[in-house]
Parts: sequence; structure tokens; C-alpha cells
Amino acid sequence: MDLSLSTRNVSGPAGDRTVVEVGGEIDVYTAPKLREQLVELVNDGSYHLVVDMEGVDFLDSTGLGVLVGGLKRVRAHEGSLRLVCNQERILKIFRITGLTKVFPIHTTVEEAVAATD
Amino acid sequence: MATVELRFSAQPEHVRTARLVAAAVARRAGVDEAVLDEVRLAVGEACSRAVGLHRSHGITAPVRVVLTDEDKTFSIEVGDEVPAPGSDGSRAASGSGGAADEDADGEDEMGLAVISGLVDDMEVSSTDEGGVIRMSWPTAPVSVLP
Repeated sequence: MDLSLSTRNVSGPAGDRTVVEVGGEIDVYTAPKLREQLVELVNDGSYHLVVDMEGVDFLDSTGLGVLVGGLKRVRAHEGSLRLVCNQERILKIFRITGLTKVFPIHTTVEEAVAATD
Repeated sequence: MATVELRFSAQPEHVRTARLVAAAVARRAGVDEAVLDEVRLAVGEACSRAVGLHRSHGITAPVRVVLTDEDKTFSIEVGDEVPAPGSDGSRAASGSGGAADEDADGEDEMGLAVISGLVDDMEVSSTDEGGVIRMSWPTAPVSVLP
């Protein structure tokens, strides 16, 4: 299954957020598409991102690298990048690599949109 | 003898094929269903790493994946043809340097970190012929039908 991406803007109590809904497999082949999307959003001035990973079937270290790259970019603009994920198989990869300490991970998009630091 | 051997040109789009094949052969070999996700991820990481190494060193040879159903274990070897550092045509000597290489090296290390976190039994070796990542998982005893 290929990667699917869609974005929408949401206004929450903490301000405007851009939700990036990701579906399918994020691997060495598809990760560049996600990277492009995140770079484009930041270049267009969206600095508070919520990446919804509920539809992701597969994530590898290339995908993790893209998410870390996205975090670096939004932080350069004092922004934020939050993840939404409840799937144990995906969460395990964040735990193994210690990235649960780097990314705020939420159970719902609503919670991520409402969150503040 | 290998149960299944796969060779693919070093293109990112073929890594998914390697994952699917590895998971299918592992399932058939009797690797526990709960562990198949780990097999899929680990072989994907190893293949992504090999593809990256071949591409960054301009190697046109295919990446090799050897899947072997042994007694009580299922093993996977992913081989690249990039010589070990220090040997002729070493990784350091053939790299052009710069930011792109540093990025690739970073992802390379992260891939290995994921594999070592996932797989208890894994070893990485490198010679002047190339590198090999070898991983293995226990298989459940196959029940013999009456």
C-alpha cells in the first residue's frame, strides 16, 4: 500500500493547527513524499503541526528521520509537531529509538490540537 | 541451502517487496505471528540500509536477501557489496563528503539501532567483499499431521 497524505487546518483553544493525516506505509520509498509535505507546510508558514498516524500500517527509521526533520524545522520557528498514534506496533518503534521523549504523542487529534507546552 | 533467495536492484521501491517476501517465508517457516511485524521491520531496515549504501557508492550490483528455514530457527541475511572501511575502495575513500552523506550516515545508524532493538540475535559483519547483516528468530515446532 502506498502513502496517502491529506492536510486540514483546525482552530483549537491553543491556536491554529495544521493536521496532516498520513495513511499507508512510510518507508525508504515513500518517506520523501512526507518530507516534501512537511517542508512545504513550514515554508508556507504552518509552524504548529499535528501528524495523525492512525492510518499508518508501517513505519521505519527513514520515516522517523523525516518526522525528526519536521520537528527541527518547526522548532526553528518556535512551532510544534505532535503525533497522534494508538497503534502498539508503531509506538514500539518510537520507544525502541527513545523518540517517545522527543515527540509528544497523543491518543486523539482533538487532544493534540488542544495541547499546549 | 537457502529456502528463498532474493536479489533486487538497489532501488527504494523494491524494499517493500523484500519485506513482503521475508514475512511470507517467515510465516511459512513457523515464526510466531506476533513476531512477524518485527521480521518485516528488521528486514526492511537492513534492505533500506543496503540500498542506501549501494546508491551512495554508485554500485550497480543487486542487494541480496537470503532467507533460510533451519532447524528451530529462521534466519535472514541481507548483503551489500560495499567494502568495509579500510579495505580497497573503502566507504570513506569513495564518499564525496558533505551534508548529504552525513544525512545518509545518520539514517544508516538509526536503521541499525532499530534492528538491534528489535532482534535479539543479530550480527553485522563487513569485509572487503561487502557487508552482511544476519538476523535470526526462533520458529515454533511444526506439528506433524497424522
